[in-house]
Amino acid sequence: MGDPTLTILIIEENPVRAAILEDGMREAGYGRIIHVSDMVTVPDKICAIDPDVIVIGLENASRDTLEQMFQVSRTVRRPIAMFVDTSDTATIQAAVDAGVSTYVVDGLKKERVRPIIDVTISRFHAFRRLQEELAEAKEALAARKVIERAKGILMKQKNINEDEAYNLLRRAAMSQKRKLFDIAQSVLTTAQLFDEA
Amino acid sequence: MRDNQVMTREVEPQTRRDARHLPTITLGFIPLTDCAVLAVARERGFAVREGIDLRLSREVSWANIRDKVALGHLHGAQMLAGMPIATTLGINQIPMPMQVPFCLNRNGNAITVSNTLHDAMAQGDGFPAWDDVAAAGRALHRVIAQRQAEGRAPLTFGMVYPFSCHNYELRYWMAASGIDPDNDVRLVVVPPPLMVDSLRDGHIDGFCVGEPWSSVAVEANLGRIIVSKAKLWRHGMEKVVGVPKVWASQNGAVLAALIRALDRAAAWADDPVNCHELATLLAAPEYLGMPEGVVARALCGEILTGSGLEHRAVDDFLVLHRNGANLPSVEHALWIYSQMVRWRQAVRRPGDEALIRSIFRPDVYRAALAGAAWEPDTMADSPEIEASDELDLFDHRPFDPTNIDAYLA
Repeated sequence: MGDPTLTILIIEENPVRAAILEDGMREAGYGRIIHVSDMVTVPDKICAIDPDVIVIGLENASRDTLEQMFQVSRTVRRPIAMFVDTSDTATIQAAVDAGVSTYVVDGLKKERVRPIIDVTISRFHAFRRLQEELAEAKEALAARKVIERAKGILMKQKNINEDEAYNLLRRAAMSQKRKLFDIAQSVLTTAQLFDEA
Repeated sequence: MRDNQVMTREVEPQTRRDARHLPTITLGFIPLTDCAVLAVARERGFAVREGIDLRLSREVSWANIRDKVALGHLHGAQMLAGMPIATTLGINQIPMPMQVPFCLNRNGNAITVSNTLHDAMAQGDGFPAWDDVAAAGRALHRVIAQRQAEGRAPLTFGMVYPFSCHNYELRYWMAASGIDPDNDVRLVVVPPPLMVDSLRDGHIDGFCVGEPWSSVAVEANLGRIIVSKAKLWRHGMEKVVGVPKVWASQNGAVLAALIRALDRAAAWADDPVNCHELATLLAAPEYLGMPEGVVARALCGEILTGSGLEHRAVDDFLVLHRNGANLPSVEHALWIYSQMVRWRQAVRRPGDEALIRSIFRPDVYRAALAGAAWEPDTMADSPEIEASDELDLFDHRPFDPTNIDAYLA
């Protein structure tokens, strides 16, 4: 179980990724998790939050802003980039591959930090999978629309029913070794050309 | 220009065919005008002609560049001149020895203030003439004193990274003008693409940044460019190519080829006849993704300091090759180190000068050019250039690189 006494600050603009990350932390037993989406307000908040660990996406341009805060704020305990601990290169590589960087307060023991980073990495991967699935679903939906429209054109032009139109497309795809979607797209393009003519 | 275009057309198809069999070098860059030499080396065939397949990876932060170079995801990168020093000294990170064999540009930054702050600065005596660094400093000092007397909040200035020249330039200018950069103003890091929005939203009152961001602020009629780095720190070292020292020592031949390719690319990019073609190249989405007209201003030395004002031809606003610009300057690096100590980023250690001399390597640059199949046109191989590359800040205070303690006393 995660250490409930640790304070984890999540800096994340994407609300979905932030929620996935936060849930993961809570499931792992971490108690004090604070999410900030707007970097502009972080400098004022960071002293009050006094985090032990900061999690921020690698592609968040605000990393440079974050690092400056550690330089100027001598009043707060200073977090440092996880990359400073070169003894654990595999974890650092895994974090970079997942697209996340972690800052920990200097002196925090590795065995307390490691599980947090592991949760972070797995949650970043989960978010990426979710995004990929979403993109695939969108693509499939778009493909289905094209096929439906191609069927409609064939039905009208050749005066056939829906099943026959579909079979026509499928046979063409098989004989030409192309995707059904590509054949449907060709039908649409051809129809468009004839319309324009 | 015609010759260059012909040359380019001949090289272009070859670029793609041959590159597959060549050793690959991947360098990170930040979308700023001063990534020009890297872009030209890749896109105009200079890298392939030296026998390397140069790949460029656009990054969103200097922190990413540092981490990806440290982890070997990138062979090296465009870096702020202070970064290899901070990495080698291990400031807020595990020390990792770096090498700088090439300087990408001198100058190129500008200080821009909001229209409101500009108007306030212009109200007193001695209206700061454009690029009169000392007068602008006096005007800012007066505005700050007035604000303090009225009990108003301190002004906030944006810069791009703790170890950036922008940070040291703003601080030097302010301190020399009687302003305490730690107490009289607030200095915050703002990523360059957010700089103009921050100015619009009133989060900052001014900034020091590389182009095209000052010109973008002018274009949006949000601010005025008041000072160029060319005037604040003449021929000041700005972005460099930084690689891990270990990589440099294990890949000497490839690194030398890279240096030669970058040198040729820099000569092309610095030639005024190419400035518009270069602006087109950099304006493309894979580089800056910004309007060509705005990108061209720094490249062609035609800066518009305020909306509706005339273009001003600024000498040496951005220097990509001439006057030995690509030669890494040990003296400038030592001055940057002195500023790290001055502003308490680094703790003064006696051996640090030797470490910094081991990072910035004009000798590696010269040796690479000596191995070129072509005749180097640059004067960089003459010792006089290095001698004339003495540090010169706007107040002309002498800097003795062999006696940093006296300079800081």
